[in-house]
Amino acid sequence: MAALTSVGETPLTAPAGRPSGMQARRRKRLNMFRYVVFTVFGLFFLLPLLAMVRFSLEGAKLGTWSVTAWKQIASYSGTGIPPLISSIEITLELAVITCVVMLVLLVPTMIWVRLRVQWLARTMEFLCLLPLTIPAIVLVVGLGAIYNKIQHYSLSALMLFWVYVILALPYAYRALAAGLSAIDVTTLSEAARSLGASWFSVMVRVIAPNMRQAILNAVLLTAALVLGEFTIAYLLLYNNLQVELYSISRNTPNAGVLFSTSVAALLFGFALLMILSYAGRRRRGRG
Amino acid sequence: MEGLSRHYGAVVALDQLDLTVHPGELVALLGPSGCGKTTTLRLVAGLEDADSGHITVGGKDITRLSAAKRDMGMVFQAYSLFPHMTVRQNVAFGLRLRRVSAAQRDKRAMEMLDLVGLSTQADRYPHQISGGQQQRVALARALAIEPQVLLLDEPLSALDAKVRAQLRDEIRRIQLEVGITTLFVTHDQEEALAIADRVGVMREGRLEQLAPPTEVYSRPATSFVAEFVGLSNRLDGEVRGGEVIVRGCKLPLVEKDTPDGQVVALVRPEAMSLASQAPDSGSGPLTGTVIAITFLGATSRVTVDLGDTRVMAQLPTSEASTLAAGSRVVLAIRPDPVLVSAGADPAAAAAGEEA
Repeated sequence: MAALTSVGETPLTAPAGRPSGMQARRRKRLNMFRYVVFTVFGLFFLLPLLAMVRFSLEGAKLGTWSVTAWKQIASYSGTGIPPLISSIEITLELAVITCVVMLVLLVPTMIWVRLRVQWLARTMEFLCLLPLTIPAIVLVVGLGAIYNKIQHYSLSALMLFWVYVILALPYAYRALAAGLSAIDVTTLSEAARSLGASWFSVMVRVIAPNMRQAILNAVLLTAALVLGEFTIAYLLLYNNLQVELYSISRNTPNAGVLFSTSVAALLFGFALLMILSYAGRRRRGRG
Repeated sequence: MEGLSRHYGAVVALDQLDLTVHPGELVALLGPSGCGKTTTLRLVAGLEDADSGHITVGGKDITRLSAAKRDMGMVFQAYSLFPHMTVRQNVAFGLRLRRVSAAQRDKRAMEMLDLVGLSTQADRYPHQISGGQQQRVALARALAIEPQVLLLDEPLSALDAKVRAQLRDEIRRIQLEVGITTLFVTHDQEEALAIADRVGVMREGRLEQLAPPTEVYSRPATSFVAEFVGLSNRLDGEVRGGEVIVRGCKLPLVEKDTPDGQVVALVRPEAMSLASQAPDSGSGPLTGTVIAITFLGATSRVTVDLGDTRVMAQLPTSEASTLAAGSRVVLAIRPDPVLVSAGADPAAAAAGEEA
């Protein structure tokens, strides 16, 4: 506007109204676009899910409603495969173990590398991201020999946590690295040290609480990975939830329980996401 | 508390430094970046290890002690409060590590917050208070553990000018009130001169001069000190019979027994004054062209090109405002005692004594 008037060619009144009108129209069009995109993608993701839910609630006769399939989650047992509930339990236990082991390994190591051995940071990042680049089938070839040995000692599917920690490394590493870079680790630890904190205190009382959100993110990603993992468990002949679902679909075509379990797993994942993000936000809100 | 002294050889960061701080004294280490002042502080705090030498506090050698066991209160340049703790929890953190009972550490924390004037902010989180307040909390946190020595690592440099001056005076007040031995590192000479009992000027890992502020300013031991503490003009001159002749002006010497000969005289900008404005006449030794005028408030700094060299003169703003860049002026030098340096630095001996 200033440029226009200084040139002194155009009268002030006409252009004054036009840009704002144009802007409003543009904004309206942008909003429209937003709604359309949102609706299309919403339907794209939601329709299959709704279909799954509907299918899991299908009664004995087509078009009727029933919760039998949902009730069966706890009691279902196909021929030749372990009961469904046991594989659910094992998968949940695996998720917990993997998260704990991953955190115990990764958090102190990353803080330590950041504080004392900076030159190792690149190497560590490379190592942690490596599992992303190796296809599962290649991984299994290597792991086969190791799991042969492990299976001498324990046949439990819980032993899968060794691989799962490795598989979760890249995701957990990135989540934690983001959290670590958001705080001034050096100054905070030096301040704590000068106040008399041991290295252990520095990590537990000062650094870790400030990485809370990052740790929750790492846990969420790790748990999601474990809950959805199929390939490696299947190839190493373990029976986790995904393998079990696959077996059910192959051996006893009970589609109802298949879908109810899948939906339940999905809902569980959502619930976890909600809980973790809520926990993180509440903390930040107070902070 | 007897004092601390330290050598630290091999690495250039600190070169065989000796320093004794008396109980209850505030010593400011002043110097350009990279002169080793922060390294000195970090060594005392135990955040870095000395290659050689010893650090003694109250007669006890703490050189090999870890930072956590040194009993030093430290305030950092960067904001260092723990973000997940309230102000009160921050201040009480050191006491919690020392297993002080909850009631007692709460009481102590509130006392400390009272001392820095922030007891009303006790339940806020660091991100809810200003930078100046954060540094005051950091000070309270460092003092809460009743350390033997307080270490301040450029605690004011992240703050804006007004808060800086205010907090600077407050640090001094608190330091005197608590009576704690303090080592203060800064690159701001004004800060150092304003609050320190003694100022140590450092260069390249060595202590150039350690003396009270007035002495450092009026009787700099070396030409580096003279230049760093306050600005100085370096002008060629000739010593003759206990006086130095600089561009036609006879000036008294700080060191009367300087041998005759060619020297470089260090003349402070405030010793230069405006004799007259000469529109285009003459070319005396102190006649020149104004290049730049920097407004500083009550005074202005005027840079004048004398032909073969440039000098800075600090003039009252009322006088300086009559000048413009490009105008011809004649300067005069007030006959204050000046420090001179010949080819070989005669002040090196003085620095050696001091160290």
